[in-house]
Amino acid sequence: MAIITLDRVSKTYLSQAGETAALQDVSLAVERSEFVSLIGPSGCGKSTLLRIVGDLVQPSGGTVTVNGKPAGAARLDRDYGIVFQAPVLYDWRTVEGNVGLPLEVIGRPRAERDERVRALLRLVGLDGFRRHYPWQLSGGMQQRVAIARALVTNPAILLMDEPFGALDEMTRERLNGELLNVCRETGATVLFVTHSIAEAVFLSSRVVVLTPRPGRIEQVVDVDLTQPRTEKTRALPRFFELVTRVREYLAEDPDLAVGAGPASPAR
Amino acid sequence: MRLIHEYLPVAGVFVLGLLLWEGLVLAFSIEFYLLPAPHVIVATLRQTYPFLVEAGLYTFREALAGYLLGCTGGVLIATLASRFPTLAGVALPYAIASASVPIVALAPLAIVWFGIGPGSKIAIATLMTFFPTFVSTLRGLLGVDVRSLELMRSLAASEWQVFWKLRLPHSLPHMFTAFRACTTLAMIGAVVSEFFGGPVKSLGVYIKSTASLFQTRQSWSAILVACVLGLTLYLAVALIERLAVSWRIEMERSRA
Repeated sequence: MAIITLDRVSKTYLSQAGETAALQDVSLAVERSEFVSLIGPSGCGKSTLLRIVGDLVQPSGGTVTVNGKPAGAARLDRDYGIVFQAPVLYDWRTVEGNVGLPLEVIGRPRAERDERVRALLRLVGLDGFRRHYPWQLSGGMQQRVAIARALVTNPAILLMDEPFGALDEMTRERLNGELLNVCRETGATVLFVTHSIAEAVFLSSRVVVLTPRPGRIEQVVDVDLTQPRTEKTRALPRFFELVTRVREYLAEDPDLAVGAGPASPAR
Repeated sequence: MRLIHEYLPVAGVFVLGLLLWEGLVLAFSIEFYLLPAPHVIVATLRQTYPFLVEAGLYTFREALAGYLLGCTGGVLIATLASRFPTLAGVALPYAIASASVPIVALAPLAIVWFGIGPGSKIAIATLMTFFPTFVSTLRGLLGVDVRSLELMRSLAASEWQVFWKLRLPHSLPHMFTAFRACTTLAMIGAVVSEFFGGPVKSLGVYIKSTASLFQTRQSWSAILVACVLGLTLYLAVALIERLAVSWRIEMERSRA
């Protein structure tokens, strides 16, 4: 059974200018331990879709089922770990204080917390920075702290909203590799929003291409690159083929393109 | 090493200012009752010392009581207001506008309401420190960014946890900025209130009565005592700030 099921999810914003349809009839099923990327131009509602899954935004129509329950119940059960584009670290807490925050909120005992935080910091390679403050770290390191924090409760689902969007290309590629290692170790299911085609193809088992205003699923591309993916993956001909395929789908305007197929049904 | 770098220039400027003052008074042979030279003020202080310490502590106690009441009240009411944002939205413009109300102008009325004793002075000092504390604290509590709140929401944190783990620590630096500024306000409130009536052994009454007799060197020595007491309170609060929000001070230093 799918771990995340979206059934005809819509989102309409009301403003003075009238109604704006941000998302229209988005249906998608994500299997356990899958890595699914949402990609599309700005304003296609990909971030909104992620927030709807995380119960941070309410959909105007349709249903979201996570782990067999509504998104709101999944949030209260703490099934999610979230990483935003900005690291969103608390300046008054050290690195270990920030990573341990979710465990504190849950009310885990201190000893367990410390042990778990250390394990996570080792995982993201920040073992030597436990007592540093966020503002003493580089942007890439801050984002690794945010990832460690999202993983510390061992959530079933990781929601990532352009987590590497503000980083330089080299840091981004290195963190891509680290993220895949972490996911392999934890078995987390990932829903990942990005506007980088290469990043989406490199990381994902499937890439969901969205159209802008209103956001609809244009195509779902299966990424059949072998696991585990390494830096060599980026040089494979198949990698370039898939990147090109996604780019073509993104370039298509569904209203003008002749012969463009209907939005592919979700599996 | 840092001590030398930071404090030596400050101390240097202080000494230089005193020398300049002394020099100008002598050079232009300014009458001592208009502006006494520093050495005259210090000499006067030596004579009036026991009296001024007693009067100073009396006034200081009023200021401190008002300070503690005003700051505590400001933080508590702001906390309450932050739980009811509609109320906060209504209250905040008035609180900000109150900054333009000359609260010391109420001092004569405070004597009518609370009597000639310490009550009226404490009331003015309280009022003067309440509003800045309220405004700063509320801004800090409500100025938390949306993403930080979303993070808490995604963790299914309770309102109580959001307050203790996010809003309060975020507001703490704002609070301390107000706490520091309020030390001076409390002293002003107490001294000025005493101008309108109070016991003989208080700084305000002493400054006013000596000045009206042109015994300005006595007035100046009392002003000096008021300065020292005000500065002591300021430094004490600054020290607590260093301990309470050390992260913030380090952060600002690293960005400077």
